[in-house]
Amino acid sequence: MNIQKFKVSSLLLILLIFFQAGVCMAGGVEVFKGEKGILRISGGTAHIPVMKEAAKKIMTFNPDIQIIIAGGGSGAGIKQVGEGLVDIGNSGRKATKAEIDKYGLKMYKWAIDGVATVVNPKNSVKSLLSQQLQDIFSGKIINWKKLGGDDKPINVYTRDAASGTRAVFWKKALKKGETTRKANVVVSNGAMKTAVNNDPYSIGYVSVGFIDKSVFAVTLDGIKPTLKSVQQGQYLIARGLYSNTKGKAKGLAKKFINYLLGPEGQKIVREKGFISVN
Amino acid sequence: MDVKEKILIIVFYGASILSAAITLIILGFMVVLSFPIFSEGLFFNILTKPWSPDQGLFGLGPIIVGTLCIALLALIISFPVSLGCSFFVGILNPKGLGRHFKKFVELMTAIPTVIYGFVGIFLLVPLVREIFLKGSGLCILSASIMLAILISPTMILFFVQSFKTVPQNYLNAVDALGGNIAQKFFYVILPNTRKGIMTGIILSFGRAVGDTLIALMISGNSVAFPGSVLDSARTLTAQIALLIAADFESIEFKTLFVCGICLYIITSSGVLMARYSTKKKRHHI
Repeated sequence: MNIQKFKVSSLLLILLIFFQAGVCMAGGVEVFKGEKGILRISGGTAHIPVMKEAAKKIMTFNPDIQIIIAGGGSGAGIKQVGEGLVDIGNSGRKATKAEIDKYGLKMYKWAIDGVATVVNPKNSVKSLLSQQLQDIFSGKIINWKKLGGDDKPINVYTRDAASGTRAVFWKKALKKGETTRKANVVVSNGAMKTAVNNDPYSIGYVSVGFIDKSVFAVTLDGIKPTLKSVQQGQYLIARGLYSNTKGKAKGLAKKFINYLLGPEGQKIVREKGFISVN
Repeated sequence: MDVKEKILIIVFYGASILSAAITLIILGFMVVLSFPIFSEGLFFNILTKPWSPDQGLFGLGPIIVGTLCIALLALIISFPVSLGCSFFVGILNPKGLGRHFKKFVELMTAIPTVIYGFVGIFLLVPLVREIFLKGSGLCILSASIMLAILISPTMILFFVQSFKTVPQNYLNAVDALGGNIAQKFFYVILPNTRKGIMTGIILSFGRAVGDTLIALMISGNSVAFPGSVLDSARTLTAQIALLIAADFESIEFKTLFVCGICLYIITSSGVLMARYSTKKKRHHI
């Protein structure tokens, strides 16, 4: 009888320990307890889904914290954090040496992301070769017929100068080739998705984390851009997602970045379709 | 009493000089900041070359043309519609409906342009693409239609306002002579309100040229010379919005000030031209 009681209580104790440990290891929102203030974030638009989810969890836990998230593109993020307009500036590319030197930036990489070429789901062209892709974007191939699709002109969509997604796509997919002047320019990953979804003869590119039913990710040189192929290093058009601070992160910004790098933050990263780093 | 008056005069003088000076200071600011472009001998590059910063070409020609095309087409679409509306509101006014209609138009001025942009993307752009079966629907025509809607309240309200300045006995005279409504409108109201109509057009042209979001969201932003109204084009304002995050030190960034000067010149020459033409016409009458 006594022994049985002992067994039950020790089991409870063990469970309790596990549970406690579980809470501790979650690397969760508890660290924000007692904090107060405003955290301003801007920059890369690929980052936004993760930023929003993290902010929602933190602000639900502690309503005294206010997290403001804006887009603008990687260039804008770096510039704004450098000038002290925001606390965290996101970028979908590494800050250049000039930028780091000028502003004293510190980079924190918290996810890996692929950049996929996308077309409208109704388009019959489902795969492309690198050379074809470069020819489409440079304006050499201007009709889908040449690629086995309908006899319709290709509408090329690209991103603005501040886009980190564009920087990576231009460097790794287009091999720094030129982009046709007829290309339409949109200003965020979300806008790109909407544009490609609305236009049956479009081609564009978005962060892999943004791919859903509304756009079709084209197989490039036989490799389909998915989380797995990016993770295993087969699909090469990939980049890190960074959060930058001016000098070492401190205060709320530090806690926020630690949260992103912790297990709970990394879980959000995976849920939103990116590859976690920890 | 005298002192008070003096103080008031100084305050008012100061305010008017300040507001006039600010316009000039802004122009001076843009000229000074764009000076590196001219001193580096890039002036002809900007005037004649295409826009392709990766290759060191910074031509703004296609962008200036795009701006003018979009704004002028918006005016062409908006003017007849606005004139008709203001005639309905100000002159016809059946059963006092005009008053309610005018309230509606006043409400329209309060809608932020980003809303028009959204409506344009989800309703107008697919429609334009389906109807013309060419291009992406993100084109000069779509942007102009949306801008026409944006600027029409400005025009309508100005027109209605100026219709009110036509003396009632002129209108009575037309009625006495047995003139019909159309004759009243074309021979009495329009000639007497030319100045007000011109002012309305200028102000709305300024709005059309200066609006950023609609063009940025709907016109497609390509940097090629537009060949038809179904081609995508970029405006000066969209160019500034797209490049504002570029590196401060780069030449691209410095060309933004040239864009600013171009915008300045376009709108102020519009104003000057309109002033000149109204003056001449009035002499004629």
